Parts: sequence; structure tokens; C-alpha cells
Amino acid sequence: MTLPMKILAGAVRHAILLTTGSLVLAPFVWMVSLSLKPPAELFSSSFTLLPQHWFAVENYARALTEAPLPRYMLNGVIVCAAILLLQIMICAPAAYALAKVRFAGRQVMFGFVLIGLLIPHQVLALPLFILCYGLGIFNTYAALIFPFVVSPFGIFLFRQFFMSIPDDIVHAARLDGLSELSIVWRIMLPMSLPAVLAFSIVSVVSHWNDLFWPLLVVRSQEFMPPSLGIVTFANAEAGNDYGPLMAGATVVVAPLVISFLAAQRWFIEGLTAGSIK
Amino acid sequence: MATQMMRNALAGVSIHGISKSFDSAPILNGISLDIRDGEFLTLLGPSGCGKSTLLRIIAGLEQQDCGTIEVAGVKVDRLRPKQRDVAMVFQSYALYPHMTVSENMALPLKMRRLSAWQRLPVIGALLPKTCAVSAEIKTEVVRTAKALGIDHLLAHKPGQLSGGQRQRVAVGRAMVRHPAVFLMDEPLSNLDAKLRVQMRGEIKELHRRLGVTFIYVTHDQTEAMTMSDRIAVMLNGQLAQVASPRQIYACPADRRVAELIGSPKINLLEATARSEGLLTVAGSALAVDNKLDSGSSVTLGIRPESLQPAEWAGLNTLTGRLRYVEHVGADLFAHVDVPGSSEPLVARLPVELASNFQSDQIVHLQIRREQVLLFSADGRRVSEGDARVTPLRSYAQ
Amino acid sequence: MKAQQASVVDRRSRVETGFAETLAGYTLAGPALVLIFALFILPGAAVLAIATTDWHLGAKTLSFVGAANFTSLFADRVFRAALFNTAVYVLMVVPSTLVLGLSLALLIESGKSLRAFYRAVHFLPFMTSLAAMAIVWEALLHPTIGLVNQVFGLIGLPTANWLRSEATVLPILAIIGTWQSLGLALVLFLAGLKAIPQDLYDAADIDGADGVLDRLRVVTLPSLAPVSLFVLIVVTLRAFAAFDIVQILTRGGPGDASVMLLYALYRESFEYLTTGYGAAIAVIFLVIVIALAMLQTRVVNSRTSRS
Ligand SMILES: Nc1ncnc2c1ncn2[C@@H]1O[C@H](COP(=O)(O)OP(=O)(O)O)[C@@H](O)[C@H]1O
Ligand SMILES: [Mg+2]
Repeated sequence: MTLPMKILAGAVRHAILLTTGSLVLAPFVWMVSLSLKPPAELFSSSFTLLPQHWFAVENYARALTEAPLPRYMLNGVIVCAAILLLQIMICAPAAYALAKVRFAGRQVMFGFVLIGLLIPHQVLALPLFILCYGLGIFNTYAALIFPFVVSPFGIFLFRQFFMSIPDDIVHAARLDGLSELSIVWRIMLPMSLPAVLAFSIVSVVSHWNDLFWPLLVVRSQEFMPPSLGIVTFANAEAGNDYGPLMAGATVVVAPLVISFLAAQRWFIEGLTAGSIK
Repeated sequence: MATQMMRNALAGVSIHGISKSFDSAPILNGISLDIRDGEFLTLLGPSGCGKSTLLRIIAGLEQQDCGTIEVAGVKVDRLRPKQRDVAMVFQSYALYPHMTVSENMALPLKMRRLSAWQRLPVIGALLPKTCAVSAEIKTEVVRTAKALGIDHLLAHKPGQLSGGQRQRVAVGRAMVRHPAVFLMDEPLSNLDAKLRVQMRGEIKELHRRLGVTFIYVTHDQTEAMTMSDRIAVMLNGQLAQVASPRQIYACPADRRVAELIGSPKINLLEATARSEGLLTVAGSALAVDNKLDSGSSVTLGIRPESLQPAEWAGLNTLTGRLRYVEHVGADLFAHVDVPGSSEPLVARLPVELASNFQSDQIVHLQIRREQVLLFSADGRRVSEGDARVTPLRSYAQ
Repeated sequence: MKAQQASVVDRRSRVETGFAETLAGYTLAGPALVLIFALFILPGAAVLAIATTDWHLGAKTLSFVGAANFTSLFADRVFRAALFNTAVYVLMVVPSTLVLGLSLALLIESGKSLRAFYRAVHFLPFMTSLAAMAIVWEALLHPTIGLVNQVFGLIGLPTANWLRSEATVLPILAIIGTWQSLGLALVLFLAGLKAIPQDLYDAADIDGADGVLDRLRVVTLPSLAPVSLFVLIVVTLRAFAAFDIVQILTRGGPGDASVMLLYALYRESFEYLTTGYGAAIAVIFLVIVIALAMLQTRVVNSRTSRS
């Protein structure tokens, strides 16, 4: 290729990618833009990105006070943290047993993990709903957390990683006097940090964003996680008062977007691995 | 502490009738072996013969199908690995990559001297005595590291170390808790040739200094020959011979052991007994001490250094065509095709003779007054005594 | 005699330590095993069981109806609409996601500058809350003040009440679905492109296939075939599971023009409380997912056997 051709090709590449990129980002830009504008400007047909009169403070204040948005966010943090912690506590030892301990029934057990991996959560919603009702945890944090405390994907991912750790390391640890459980915490998990990180991202992203399950088991705003919260807020704001609503959406989306920008590579690797289960 | 008291007892290792199969494939077959306190015993055998498996069974990392293990006179079959007072150095070193050298070395001590509560990250530090014990551990780690010359590496992670340094850390981790028995599984096989020779000396020196029992696994005969008090040769899951390096070399129990030890390999020639004390081999006649039945066939084992050039053919002299010679510095290896053998005979000759040899010339090799080994058809050595070649009087004079 | 005794003892100790290892295995894996049973296996079996009954959520009685739920499902106009809509949605989302994802991946990979930036920009929707973003899309598509109609009006394109019109609602949902899944396909394709060994391109160069299109035809696309099948299945699975956008943007409307499988499942089970019926939908959804997963396993297997 000649030099001018190269420059032309590069220009075309950037032109196309910038166009598709701005189309992809348009909803985000529009969201932030509306969240800054006063109601009057929403209806003006001359659209601008930035408002003529800044209304950001009012919109965000209304979003944070009228709807219990901080509460939703706190719920999201509590639920995601509890789920992730329990998942790791339950899945890592199981994955270690499947990868490094020889016991009768290991294959059968791995078969159950694979079956669990196969079943989409929505299919199980009904019996789990009944289970939560039966346990009396309907409309509590427990209902949001309990169905997810074991993650077949987590077991699968950790098992893959643990299997790649040489047996000699496990043997050395046993000789050094570590119990099986301390081998998991002190040796296996620290050696599998990429897997832990990838799994944490998958877990937090999917539960922060989940709507289906919270919609079923949570009725009071007190326990609503962010996604359900913002939908409830939208339904309450029946009018076209988009300012506070978009401010709310921005607040809900922001934590993950900021984390994503900070740790792009990990997010992409983690979420890709997560969808390849 | 109790384990340390036990150190005073004689910490020999008795292995009794150990068998082990993996998925019904027998790997170990009734291994029995007594290792004396303070002995350096090497398990030598080709890859895959089950050496590591036996070592792991001694350590308690693998469960034998039958048989018992005693350490210092105590049956340890039901003890967990950490209760057995043995330490192991792995071929891959098995250092924890996420811990520093000092953490790696401190871990076995921490697990033994600190309670579960004391080991907890924050709470542990607040408990009484944690600090004192930790400081004590630290001192011991530093002392061990100094002894191995790795004290400047204590803050590094294993990934930042060279192969030799990692090897030393692995030894240090085993050493720091003063075990009664050291198990080493091919600890030098991942090092380059030069470092291997150096570490060989260091491990031997370590054994002398500590005076405890070492069980050392290798497939490298040089390591086995240079380091061991005794060598246990393992073949196909059985012990073929247990003896001192000298004996193993001079009086191998069978043909496979003879083949395993010695470099270049021992020459093996098919021979037929003709009459009392006389063999035909490769078209030549050979006089031996043994009384063999006339017509029986045997295998003759001749070490390369047992051959020397001769002027002419005759009794105890093999004749063949020279394929080529190899110079290896101090020696010359002559590869000679002799009748009745597809592989060339290898003779170790003095370098000064190099100019005497050209490819394709006919050479005569006299079997020297060294040991010649005779093996029966089933591979065992014939007779307890040495099968000496009777010297030709005329030639000797 | 003595030897016999010894071997008896040995065997006992062996059983004990084998037992110890089994005990360790079950202690470590036990909690997970119990929970997988309680939260996956048993509920899965329960769905199958409920699907054969006429149970209404909360009702005290139920009776076995065999396959009646399934026969009436396929006779049900709404469910057939759901099945049809889901199929149409999948058929729109999957090809567009694949084609766009592949083209953008090739485009990003064809130059060196701003690679990470473009990747991040296109990946962003995949990890944001679709619930929150659906609300934003609603604003974008608002018939009067939405950006889409404003822009279309400005440049003379037809405007519409996109989400309230039977003709446009499914394509619009498909656009949102594509917008969300695009990043995943893109990233998977980028990984696939990275994995193509440079040797292949060098060989193609030497063989004379040195034009952009030749290289694409001879090396890139054939090498990407396994990844593409893989992306196909992952994206299809996600498309079948579309729920949030229906629930927030259309509630299946107008009419039944945008009812989809999971939404039908949700409505039958939890709004109409015809639980047995809802469970039957869940079973059908499961069958689809399992079929796709089996296809995926075959793809992965054939890929590993090839390499
Ligand atoms: N955990 C195991 N499961 C199945 N087979 C094994 C296991 N460990 C070792 N083996 C087999 O036992 C044989 C001996 O292995 P090993 O003791 O490592 O030999 P060496 O150390 O002498 O090279 C090998 O054939 C190996 O494949
Ligand atoms: Mg080995």
C-alpha cells in the first residue's frame, strides 16, 4: 500500500469507528445531558448537549431525595457484597475439592455443577420464589441473596484455575502443616487472583444490574437494589419529568462505568469469561 | 516441640512391603527397604518407575495399598503428612509464588507454633505471645537463610529468583523446621549442568552438617554415584538392588542394573559356553572362571574401560571394524562393530592413541583384567563371585 | 499367619485414610453440593413437575393434567405470539450483532491507534444496567421530545411513536438488544483475531494473497469460523433471554406485538398466577437453552479436536 492510501485507510477507519462509537454512546450522552437540563428545555426542539440554564443541582437533588436513591445504592452494595462473599466462601472450597482432592463421587458432583451451569436462572424463578416464601424471607435482603449464594460458574471457573496449579504446591502445603481449608484460603485463592477478580466482576455486574429476580421478591423500597429502584422511580414519575429520572439513571449506572474505565482489561476479560460459561 | 524431641531417637526409615496401584495399574510392587539414621540413600531409576510415588507415600501425601512405613521406629501409616516429621524438596520446588522467600520459609513454623487464632491476620497480632513467637520464627528463618546464603533474598518473591536461588529457598523451607528425614525428589533436574554440579556438592555438605536421614530421588546416575551412601535401584516398581555406589557399579545384581549405571553404557554381547571355562563371543574365545554348562547361552557385560587395544587377535581378544572414534577430552571412545552384535562395542581408550585409529580399520581389543560380568538368559548375574577373565600368561609377561 | 494379620491391619488403615480423604472432599464440597441441590437441581425438577399440573400460585389444591399445559400453550394465541416475537427478535438481533461485531473488530484491528479506546466505547453498554438504560432509551424514543424524532424530523425522515406502533416495536427492541450485545461479540471477535498466528498471514503473502480482501478471504475469515459459531451461540442465548426491555418499555404491547418468552413466563407465573402454565413456558425455554448449549459443546469439542 502506498503512503497516501495508508493515510486514507486510516482516516476511513477512524471516521467509521467514531460514528459507530458516538451512536453507541448516544444514550449515555443523552442521559447525562437531560439530567442537567430544566424541564422547559426538554421540550425545546432545538436540542443542545449542554443546557442554557444549568439545572443539575435541582435534578440530582430531587433524584436523591424524592426517590430513596441512596438507599437503593446501599442495598445494591449490601446485596452484591454479601452474594460475592458467600459465593467465594462456598465455591472456592468446592472447586478445590473437585480439582485436588480425590474422593468417591467427585465426578457425579462435577456433573451436578455442570447441570447447574446449564440452567438459566429465570427457569428456576418460580420454585425459588416459593422457596423464599416458605422460608419466610420474602421481601428481605435474604431473598435477594439466598438463591445466588452458590454459583456453578464460580465453581467451574475456580476449578479450572486450581487444576492448573501443580499438585506439588498442594503437597508442599500439606507437609508444611496447612489444613485443607487453609490451603484454599492461603494458597489456592491467592494464586488464582485473576480468576477471583474475573469472577467478582461477573458477579457484581450481574447482580447490580439484575431486574428479574428483585422484581419478584422485593416489594418495599427499603430493600430494592438499584435496577429495580430506578424502574420504580420511573413508574412513579408518570409525567415527562425526565430531569430527575435521568439524574437517577446516571447515578445508578455511574459506579460500574467508573470501575470499568478504571479496570477496563479486567472487566472485559471477566465478562467475556462469564458469558462463555 | 514434641517432634523436635523425637529427633534424638534414631530416625531411620523402615519401608515394609509397600505396594501401590493407580487405576489397577501396579506402580509399586512390594518394596521393602531399611534406611539407617543419618544415611544418604538414593532412589535411582528411569522416569516413571515409581520413585516419586514411593517418596510421596513416605511423606504421607499418597496412601499405599499395603505395607507399612516406620520413621524412627514409629509406624506412621495413619499420620497426616505434617505429623510425620519429614520435609520434602520438590522437583518443581513448589514455592508459593504469592509469598516472599521469608514467608515461604516461615510458613511451616507458623503452622506448627501458632494456634489457628494467632494466625488470623489482625486478631492474631493482638493475642498474647503471637509477637514473641513470630519474632522467634523470624530469627530462625534468618538464621537458616544465612546458612544457605540466601539472606539477601528474603524480601523477594520466588518469581524474581534464578533457578539455583529457588532451589536453595526450597531447601531452606525444608530445613527450617529441623525434620528427622529429608525427602528430595529430583531437586537438581531443573538446573543447568554447571549449577547442578555445584548444588550436588552443597547438598552433600548439608547432609554432612545436619547428620539426618536423606532420601534422595534421581534418575541421574552421576548424582546417585557421587552423593549416596547407598543406592536403591528401582525398576518397574521393584527394588532391583540396594548397595553402595561401588558395589552397584562393580557387582550389579542383574543386567538392567548394569545397563542403568555407567556411562557410556556397559557393552552387552551374546556368548555361548563351549566347554569348561571357555566362551565363544563375537567370533572370539574367552576364558572365564565360571563353570557353565556347555552349549548354554549367556550375556557378557564388558564396561568400556575394560577393553584395551591389542596388537593381534587371540584369546580374550575381540576383533572388529572401527566405526568411528569420539573425543571427549580426557578419553577416547572407540565404537567398534563386532560380529554377532548390531550395536557397536564401545571402548574407553587413552587419548594418546587417537592417531593410531582410522575409520574402517580392523582393531583388536583385549578384555583387560577387570571384571567381566556374566548374565544368564533371565538377566540375573551368574554366580555370586566375580567372573574373572583368566589372564593369558604369555601376554601378561 | 503374622503376615496375614499385618495385611488385615494395612487394609483397615487404607480404608481409614481413604475415608479421611473422602471426608475432606465432602466437607469442602458439601455446602456447595447441598446448595446446588437446593437451588438448582430440586427447583429444576420442581419446574418440570409443576408444568404438569393446573396449579395456581397460592392455591391449596392442584391436580395432575399431564401435557395439557403444553397443548393449550401451543393453542394459545398469546404464547404463539411470544414464540413468534422471540424468534423474530432473535433473527434480528443475532445477525446484526454478529455482522456489526465482526466488522467493527476487523476495523479496530486493522489499525494501531486508539484500539483500546474504541473497544471500551463499544463494550460499555454490555456492562451497564439495562433497566436504567431502558429508561434512557424510552426518553430517546419519546414521540415528541425524544432525540430520535427530533433528529429525524430535522433531516426529513419519518417520525413515529416507535414503542407504541406494532410495526416498529420489535425492530426497535432488536436495535436496543443489538446495542447491548454488540460489545460482547466485538470483544470475542477481537480475541479470535489476536489468536490467528502471524505465520498464516506470512504464508498467504508468499502465496500471493496479499491484498486486504485476499487476506480476509484466505486467512482471517476461515480462522475466525470457530469463534464465530461460538459468538453465535452466546449471543443467541442472550437474545432468547430478553426480558428487561420488554418489561420496562412495552409490557408486551401494543397488543401482543412485543410479548416475548421470558415476559410471558413472568406474566403467567407471577401476574396471572397461572403457575402450571408459566412452568410449562419455563420448560420450553429450558429446552431451547439446552439445545443451544449442546450445540455449543459440539462446537467446542470439534474446535479442540481440530487444534
Ligand atoms: N496420581 C496418579 N494417578 C495416576 N497415575 C499416577 C499418579 N501418580 C503417578 N502415576 C503414575 O505412576 C507412574 C510412576 O510415577 P512416578 O512415581 O512419578 O515416577 P518417577 O518419579 O519414577 O518418574 C507413572 O506412570 C505415572 O503415570
Ligand atoms: Mg518423579
